[in-house]
Amino acid sequence: MTRLFIPKDAAALALGAEKVAAKVLAEAQARGVDVEIVRTGSRGMLFLEPLIEVETAEGRVGYGPVKASDVSSLFDAGLLNGGAHALGIGRVEDHPYLKRQTRLTFARCGIVDPVSLADYAALDGWKGLARAIEIGPAATIAEVTASGLRGRGGAGFPTGIKWKTVSEAPADRRYIVCNADEGDSGTFADRMIIEGDPFALIEGMAIAGVAVGATRGYVYCRSEYPHAIKTFNEAIAVARAAGYLGPNILGSGLAFDLEMRTGAGAYVCGEETALLDSLEGKRGIVRAKPPLPAHKGLFGRPTVINNVLSLVAVPHILAKGGEFYASFGMGRSRGTMPIQIAGNVRFGGLFETAFGLSLGEIVEDIGGGTRSGRPIRAVQCGGPLGAYLPVSQFDTPFDYEAFSKKDALIGHGGVVVFDDTVDMAQMARFAMEFCAIESCGKCTPCRIGSTRGVETVDRIRAGVKVEENIALLEDLCNTMKFGSLCALGGFAPYPVTSALRHFPEDFAPRHAIAAE
Amino acid sequence: MGGTMSGASNWNAERAAQIINEHLGLEGPMLPILHALQDEFGYVSADAVPMIAKALNLSRAEVHGVTSFYHDFRHEPAGRHVLKLCRGESCQSMGSEELARKFLAGRGLEWGGTTADGDLTVEAIYCLGLCACSPAAMLDDELIGRLDAETLAEAVDTVSI
Ligand SMILES: Cc1cc2nc3c(=O)[nH]c(=O)nc-3n(C[C@H](O)[C@H](O)[C@H](O)COP(=O)(O)O)c2cc1C
Ligand code: SF4
Ligand code: FES
Ligand code: FES
Repeated sequence: MTRLFIPKDAAALALGAEKVAAKVLAEAQARGVDVEIVRTGSRGMLFLEPLIEVETAEGRVGYGPVKASDVSSLFDAGLLNGGAHALGIGRVEDHPYLKRQTRLTFARCGIVDPVSLADYAALDGWKGLARAIEIGPAATIAEVTASGLRGRGGAGFPTGIKWKTVSEAPADRRYIVCNADEGDSGTFADRMIIEGDPFALIEGMAIAGVAVGATRGYVYCRSEYPHAIKTFNEAIAVARAAGYLGPNILGSGLAFDLEMRTGAGAYVCGEETALLDSLEGKRGIVRAKPPLPAHKGLFGRPTVINNVLSLVAVPHILAKGGEFYASFGMGRSRGTMPIQIAGNVRFGGLFETAFGLSLGEIVEDIGGGTRSGRPIRAVQCGGPLGAYLPVSQFDTPFDYEAFSKKDALIGHGGVVVFDDTVDMAQMARFAMEFCAIESCGKCTPCRIGSTRGVETVDRIRAGVKVEENIALLEDLCNTMKFGSLCALGGFAPYPVTSALRHFPEDFAPRHAIAAE
Repeated sequence: MGGTMSGASNWNAERAAQIINEHLGLEGPMLPILHALQDEFGYVSADAVPMIAKALNLSRAEVHGVTSFYHDFRHEPAGRHVLKLCRGESCQSMGSEELARKFLAGRGLEWGGTTADGDLTVEAIYCLGLCACSPAAMLDDELIGRLDAETLAEAVDTVSI
């Protein structure tokens, strides 16, 4: 019996993994050979998906990207013994794309069967939770604080401090809420980990529960991720049946249980207070702070709300110690960041590494430049509210503070590459349009300003009173930046002003006329 | 959420009441109810609004406010198949806007529109988390990455009757 591994990660499925798996099975049957196909998450080398791996004496050997029509020739080449083939990449873990990474959060993703407890336990699963239970709430929070972990959802707030606040808030009940809304274009790390290693999120949330004295958790996942939702619900059922969730987790006498909830296509529901309102069954309108969710969160109770990646970093931090995690990174950005390389790029995928790589290294060395083969012109970091960086800023290190010095965002770690055919005035328009579509409507600068922004960019592109309208647009951006309650209206100006500053030629009248 | 519309059943108040009831034990049952109704019927009928309001002890206006806030909930049935084309920045960097423009024009559709034969509804979506294989789309429950005009037409023709 030979074991084969084929991802069922959504991106692999979108590239035909299901057909490939069916073909492999059919081919094996036709040839009378015995194979077991394990469906895994993705390794994150999305340019190689669908990637087939075969277990051999030398380790797991890979082939990709495989089309169903390649399968027969793969068998001819001795796929089951790791035979040579044009699609062969050798031992998967030796692939330079993986070798250059530091995988802490994504250590198991793409390797294990996502809902196999045996696989999870074999690769250090539940060790963090066991230790949290052993050392107790205060010491658990101290480990997370020592790790220097900052929220991976965008704002970069220290996770340990958030947990401490919740643990100290008097309450009859506390909640753990996981933000799996992942609305930023260019990001897919939350999706990948939920599909590829869901027990890690369950363990992270259980640790948070132990740390702050919460017995109930919710994962709020965007509806655009049906596969993640399905896998996670399976994982919850398996974990509960085995006593990792429920009234007596790991025999500790402590209770913790979880439920997954589905969002409904509103970007603003990624904002933590809008998310809480949405979970409560209301419209997703941003709440004014204070009170902080840590004091009055879900149903008015003290609530830890953290991004998926923040929570998945925690089991590792508890198992290996906060100091170990903190030994990676630079400045006040400690640990690793799962960077998502996307857009018009040759080697798109997930690249987890310590903070500090330069943007140029990320998109050129690792990403391999554009997929179109044309020169890179701009890179948008941090999603729809993040700045566009020009090539002249490629020396910027991937670090919260270094980015913020350039009026840019790391956000959730998405990096979207554009080639030289991009029209930056059009991208500025889109930023405003997106804000108008997704605004929760609570503040005027965001709700009305964004629509005015679209109209103003349209006038500029049409060559109407260009200088005046550019001044107006900058003014509008300022009003939104300082007059909005949350970062949707507050940050939507960043892509606009960065486009104006770094690519002024795209707003010039000559260009507007030439483009029409 | 996606779903083959051909699997949706016709509006049925009794069935709707049953669905609403099944969710009343949850904390914050509103969104789970709306999703379950849409999964069953393909849209959230205006007839469901007073039923939900009564069950959750809310005003009709409050329930209506929720159903209209979220982009996912439809207020009328969609076509037999639903195509969601991604318009996020990453997909734009790979030419999704041009692809969509041509596709819509070719079928005589606007965003959100349904073909005259009721076969296909085309909606915009902002990121499917497939940004390393842009442009991306979801056709009913099927995800498609690295789309071009040819693969898009092929996928749509395959599901069409
Ligand atoms: C408009 C908007 C959208 C957001 N979307 C997300 C999101 O999709 N996922 C996320 O984790 N945080 C998102 N955030 C940030 C959250 O408000 C919050 O900071 C985060 O969930 C806290 O978790 P962390 O400390 O682990 O990062 C968003 C914020 C804003 C203003
Ligand atoms: S800035 Fe926009 S999204 Fe944020 S609270 Fe104001 S209106 Fe709502
Ligand atoms: S509520 Fe009026 S500006 Fe924010
Ligand atoms: S932007 Fe289209 S899949 Fe992310």
